[in-house]
Amino acid sequence: MNLLSYLDVVLALLIVGVASTTIAARDLFAAVVGYVAYGLLLAFVWIRLYAPDVALTEAAVGSGVTGVLLITAGKRLGALKNAAPEVQPAFTFKLLTGMLAALVAGALAAAILLLPDPPPSLAPEAAAAADGAGAGLGNPITAVLMSYRSFDTMLEKMVLILAVVGVWSVGADKAWGSAPAELRQPKATAPMIFLAQMLAPVGVLIGIHIFWTGANAPGGAFQGGALLAAMWMVIMMAQLVKMPRVDAQWLRVVLVSGPAVFLIIGLAGEFTAGSFFAYPPSLAKPIILFIEAFMVLSIAAALPMLVAGPPSERSDP
Amino acid sequence: MTLLDLFSIAAIGVGTFFFFAGTVGLLRFPDSLTRLHALTKADNLGLGLVALGLLPRADSALSALKLIVIWALVLLSGSSTAQLIGRALRRGRK
Repeated sequence: MNLLSYLDVVLALLIVGVASTTIAARDLFAAVVGYVAYGLLLAFVWIRLYAPDVALTEAAVGSGVTGVLLITAGKRLGALKNAAPEVQPAFTFKLLTGMLAALVAGALAAAILLLPDPPPSLAPEAAAAADGAGAGLGNPITAVLMSYRSFDTMLEKMVLILAVVGVWSVGADKAWGSAPAELRQPKATAPMIFLAQMLAPVGVLIGIHIFWTGANAPGGAFQGGALLAAMWMVIMMAQLVKMPRVDAQWLRVVLVSGPAVFLIIGLAGEFTAGSFFAYPPSLAKPIILFIEAFMVLSIAAALPMLVAGPPSERSDP
Repeated sequence: MTLLDLFSIAAIGVGTFFFFAGTVGLLRFPDSLTRLHALTKADNLGLGLVALGLLPRADSALSALKLIVIWALVLLSGSSTAQLIGRALRRGRK
């Protein structure tokens, strides 16, 4: 065993440890902090598995955006707990919950342990496709995402929009159409404003760079979009921009633009390249980058809207 | 072993020491403000020295520049977050 494999073992043990403390934590905030640390460690694992694309996504979405989402959700749950009297769930209910969780974990473990040898894999097929229709892209990951399994990628973006619709729909009827509550209620402090003013321009530039370089190197629409989303959240926390109203036309257009452009070009593929979601080979790279540009916009709008939560009456003028 | 290698080893070694010292401080110091102080040493000096030590080993001027930008970004976010946490602590104490 060389030094790197020792490091891998330490990393694996650390992850199991952090995961256990996250599950065992009684305090909501401690559990969220544990989850964020877990996500960052997982990003290291992806790096060690030579999957920098996944590592970028894990760090940006799995740890960063989800962390903010969980902290905000935890805060709101805490506010609810103060308002309502505490009701302890019955013992049988706890027992049933535990059994259900054990059943799901057991089924997942069985699925992994009972895999045939060698496990079924679409990897060779996907690798062949990455050289085919998506050719012209130096990054095989982007080629697979945008060409081999383009329909799935489009559906993933649709799920994001459905999630935003779901979050918006839990708002009160009276509040419909107004903006979500500001992320920091009283007033943004000077260091927050300073951070937003200094970080946001650089972050936006890096986000666009990660999207653009995704054609040839690790990176891509989701990673770049997540960074842009983070920058929007930072300037919203500093209250340099107002929360948009959920009935704002531009917001809705931006949200659906990614999957819409993807779907239209996919349908056009029927006529230009002979099949649904196929691209004419000579134009594959510009078309893929064109679709991805709109997906970046969609992601950059959808993730902060998930964090912002449902429309709130308080922010009505 | 060239002079540059020695420089890299020295800088990364001292940087690692600052990370270690920062971690010990984070675990052992009595209250949040002193722990914050320990943490920022690891960010500023530790990462700065590691980045400095890696500079001669960068493939190109561009990747060297990226290392410096990473350090600068961590400095910016680290010091701003320290300010935010410190402010929240002071408000909590009143």
